[in-house]
Amino acid sequence: MPSQANKSAAAAATPVKKRGMKKETREALIAYSFIAPNFIGFCVFTLVPVIFAFVLAFMEWDGVHAAKFIGLDNFIRMASDPNFKAAFVHTIVYVIGTVPTTIICALALAILLNQKIFARNFFRTVSFFPYVASLVAVAAVWNMLFNPSMGPVNQFLASLGVENLPKWAAGNDTAMLTVIMFSVWKNMGYYMVIFLAGLQGTNPELYEAASLDGANKWQQFWNVTLPQLAPTTFFVTIMVVIQSFKVYNEVYMITQGGPGTSTLVLVYQIYNEAFIGTPEYGYASALSMVLFLLVLAVTIIQFKAGEDKDAPKKKKHAKKAA
Amino acid sequence: MVKTKSSSIIGKIIIYALLILLAFLMLVPFAWMLSASVKYNKDVFSFPMKWIPDEFIWENYSTIWTRIPLLTFILNTFKLTIIVTVLQVLTSSFAAYAFSKLRFKGRNALFLGYIGTIAVPWQAYMVPQFMMMREFHLNNTHLAIICLQAFSAFGVFLMRQFYEGIPDELCEAARIDGLSEYGIYRRIMLPLSLPAISTLVIFTFVTTWNDFLGPLIYLNSTDLKTVQLGLRMFITQYSSDYNLIMAASVVSLIPVLIVFLALQKYFVQGVASSGLKG
Repeated sequence: MPSQANKSAAAAATPVKKRGMKKETREALIAYSFIAPNFIGFCVFTLVPVIFAFVLAFMEWDGVHAAKFIGLDNFIRMASDPNFKAAFVHTIVYVIGTVPTTIICALALAILLNQKIFARNFFRTVSFFPYVASLVAVAAVWNMLFNPSMGPVNQFLASLGVENLPKWAAGNDTAMLTVIMFSVWKNMGYYMVIFLAGLQGTNPELYEAASLDGANKWQQFWNVTLPQLAPTTFFVTIMVVIQSFKVYNEVYMITQGGPGTSTLVLVYQIYNEAFIGTPEYGYASALSMVLFLLVLAVTIIQFKAGEDKDAPKKKKHAKKAA
Repeated sequence: MVKTKSSSIIGKIIIYALLILLAFLMLVPFAWMLSASVKYNKDVFSFPMKWIPDEFIWENYSTIWTRIPLLTFILNTFKLTIIVTVLQVLTSSFAAYAFSKLRFKGRNALFLGYIGTIAVPWQAYMVPQFMMMREFHLNNTHLAIICLQAFSAFGVFLMRQFYEGIPDELCEAARIDGLSEYGIYRRIMLPLSLPAISTLVIFTFVTTWNDFLGPLIYLNSTDLKTVQLGLRMFITQYSSDYNLIMAASVVSLIPVLIVFLALQKYFVQGVASSGLKG
């Protein structure tokens, strides 16, 4: 609908020009007509709620009675909320557990699948498939495979003679580990594709030069591959970090935040406060702000850290373009 | 010489050993799912396990449709996924064309605004978004899901990165030939951007098909629910019918598998050329 309306607006603009509308104005109108369909939807359904979220964080509202401005009370309340402390700590633990593992696995996969090997496309498809597969379905399989009493994983461990079989998702100590393992397995294929794309942009001459200089594969990896991949690694790191802070689905499917609160994460708590029992929209929004600030802070730190490395990379790009 | 040859053979062996391990880790859950879906429930966890059961219980695949309205869920999800994907691809590529190939006031500022919101997690504003939709009386409708999925900044970003790689001279030449901007978009940019569009289609299709939290928040009536919610409902209601859960899971995977296999040859190319590598 909006697209049609804008097209006709732009069509109307064309004859106007003949009556002397400036070329620039006409061009701008055409450009806006291209952007409008997406931008209107984006404004209404993303931008407005984002702004609304900032306001709501300072209010108390159950959705029934009138909203009340309460200043920083929501944030003060967090300090004494054991659930918030648990959710905050577990989110950090999840991020620390997931980010490096995912990046290392994805990079290793990409390098392996960038070799000239038999059935390369098959292996690439296989590694990417968990990412596109429905989360509910693959989580259901994982829960069965890692079932503490009947699952094949523990049966296998038992047949090897392992005592004290891990309780996986049901154990206080192993629940978070299970969620992290599942997330890495599910998502690394996506980042592998991005690394693959990065590897295809590397300069083969540098490897020839390095091997002429007598560098072995390992040295080539450290001194040629990694530096050339720096922009890709930077992008992947930012994406994985943001994704990890937002974790919800994986936790919901594998552990439901339990046992107890041992895998309660921030988004899980936000959902519970807003949609389970008496809605606490204000408090949920305040928690959302914490999540947002966390993501923002870590992203800014990464950009600052990436700046020094960025300088040589830009030079290289300029050279390539020339 | 001999030394390098033997070391390269060892290298090959290591590579293929790793590949087999990889395929094993990635495929075993799916193989197990398939295998369990055609077994009697009592045999699902039997040990030592049989990958191929003595008797194939195909009834599992007919039983699931009678336990929950699975067909309704699948049709709902198809409807949502197709509408969202079409809207997303059309509006994103449309906007991306302006951001990449047209000059106008405020272009960079507007684009920066778009990019800025990519960093804001949806989970950070899902609560006010839900309340806003409720004000519009859109909660418990499919329209809500369409509205919140179809206009992502990510799509605009991805398409713009790809268009940046198409030389401006091509558009200039078309303009001199008297093609309007809409003509250039439709006749030149769209056909050239097939890899990027495939990438966006895969991403959008997969995200919408597999979305869980969005439908969980917005869709309450059973006749509106999606496959993911339905599957989860099934798992909760029939938590010990492992064979049926696996059969329903297999069914829920098939559409995504088809779309992915159909478009995957464009995929790596699309990711590479859309400059997702930063």
